Amino acid sequence: MLYIRCPYCEEYRPEIEFRHAGEAHIVRPTNMAEISADEMEEFLFIRENKRGIIFERWRHIHGCGRFFNCVRDAVTDQIIMTYKSGEPKPSDAEIEKAILALKEEQA
Amino acid sequence: MRKYSIFALAREAMRQHKGWEEQWGSPEPKSSYDVIIIGAGGHGLGTAYYLAKEHGIRNIAVLEKSWLGGGNTGRNTTVIRSNYLYDESAGLYNHALNMWDNLSQDINYNVMYSARGVMMVAHNVHDVQVLKRHVHANRLNGVQNEWLSPQEAKEFCPPLNISKSCRYPIMGAALQRKGGTARHDAVAWGYARAASDLGVDIIQNCEVTGIRRAADGSVAGVETGKGFIGAKKVGVVAAGNTSHIMQMADVRMPLESFPLQALVSEPLKPIFPCVVMSNSVHTYISQSDKGELVIGAGTDQYTSYAPNGSLHITNHNLEAICELFPIFSRVKMMRTWAGTVDVTPDRSPILAKTPVKGLYVNCGWGTGGFKATPGSAHVFAHTIANDAPHKINEFFTLERFKTGRLVDESAAAAVAH
Ligand SMILES: Cc1cc2nc3c(=O)[nH]c(=O)nc-3n(C[C@H](O)[C@H](O)[C@H](O)COP(=O)(O)OP(=O)(O)OC[C@H]3O[C@@H](n4cnc5c(N)ncnc54)[C@H](O)[C@@H]3O)c2cc1C
Ligand SMILES: [Zn+2]
Repeated sequence: MLYIRCPYCEEYRPEIEFRHAGEAHIVRPTNMAEISADEMEEFLFIRENKRGIIFERWRHIHGCGRFFNCVRDAVTDQIIMTYKSGEPKPSDAEIEKAILALKEEQA
Repeated sequence: MRKYSIFALAREAMRQHKGWEEQWGSPEPKSSYDVIIIGAGGHGLGTAYYLAKEHGIRNIAVLEKSWLGGGNTGRNTTVIRSNYLYDESAGLYNHALNMWDNLSQDINYNVMYSARGVMMVAHNVHDVQVLKRHVHANRLNGVQNEWLSPQEAKEFCPPLNISKSCRYPIMGAALQRKGGTARHDAVAWGYARAASDLGVDIIQNCEVTGIRRAADGSVAGVETGKGFIGAKKVGVVAAGNTSHIMQMADVRMPLESFPLQALVSEPLKPIFPCVVMSNSVHTYISQSDKGELVIGAGTDQYTSYAPNGSLHITNHNLEAICELFPIFSRVKMMRTWAGTVDVTPDRSPILAKTPVKGLYVNCGWGTGGFKATPGSAHVFAHTIANDAPHKINEFFTLERFKTGRLVDESAAAAVAH
């Protein structure tokens, strides 16, 4: 079971309080009627599905009810950080730093 | 290859089983092949077998990053059925179902296909309507499926509780008699042995790490842990790892990989005669020939490549079993495990050519591709050999996510595998 920190409640809670909500940072086109079939496919169906560091949305459905984003290693399931929706996608350097901090915490 | 038969068994019994040969070779890779298959699961090994047997292509390698059959093939709960909803699916899954009949004879390996019947139970009016719709659609397509009253369902499966006072009373069931189970490992091993006998090189512990392209963009071969191996045709049959491998050729996939768990109980005397699935209570169960109850449900909620999953999924699954079959409430569970399943947006597979010349993909079987192994391998071999799909898989393209011509089986796939 994942142990997830809700950035709104500022608390670690067990996964059963949350609902997974798919890949993060997929922007809904504002001109839906004009976009090409390629763009529509990309938006609706194509997913990064990376074997490595991923960005995903969660909803604290049995808590504050809000959506937020999460950075997780999809190979080890280690959660690296969570942040509020609307906040920018963390950079590689920020993720690197968070991983180091986690390692120190565990040591 | 020495044939397996009752006589071979008797002969070996006489000489303390010292004469059995290795089932397949362990060759070092050659510098190039006509066709490379990435992934030695049932679908990949079967593809190599049919390429060699039906299309006369013998210079083939199957590359496997760990051990053959150790992916989803060796982790699945072996439910076989073909009662999906749409015409396209009827063609594909029924093709596979019919191939199970003679598979053991064809590859001279007992895959223990047992047509013990797959029964899907209905607990409310909606279930009844949905399952009846499936029965009607299936019968129009010549796919076996029939409707049973609760009494008939109980006759077919005596442990079923059809009392009206239980929490989720059974209002009827759809039964596919030709559905059932088979031995998962035997399917991988049998195809491996038969393919190896036809000259296919099966190379284990050989992870593909890159796809090399020629100047015109077409496939030139693959980079592996054992060096570069050339091939003008490469088939990707890597289940949960498909997005990762296709990315090596810059093809972005409509796939997400999820952990899917299953579990088995301690072995029991024969008590459970068929497969029962319940979409509403959300579980399914059968009994293996070793006597274990084989139990599964849906995927975990989050995407992951870690084949673990969360404990509450198991918990929920067992609550559903105890609800449907209170007699199993004190049975001990022996093992749980998970695989990584590749799920498409419409829950139908992709068996197709790709935008890259010489690159083919067979994926998206998600939680339910074991049943389709022979049929999938058969039509995928055709697709690679002819550089064009077989009539049966021509709908299962990558382009359907652009054109919108989906084969939306999410209802038929629900808990069901
Ligand atoms: C718990 C569970 C229960 C299931 N229950 C059912 C069921 O009841 N009925 C049903 O029909 N289906 C079921 N399925 C689904 C079924 O198992 C799969 O759809 C099917 O087995 C897929 O077969 P495959 O040969 O395509 O993949 P796999 O058997 O997974 O083979 C793919 C192979 O590719 C290899 N590979 C990956 N990456 C690389 C690389 N880079 N280089 C080289 N090799 C690589 C892997 O190691 C693996 O061996 C279940 C799955 C799971 C996990
Ligand atoms: Zn919260």
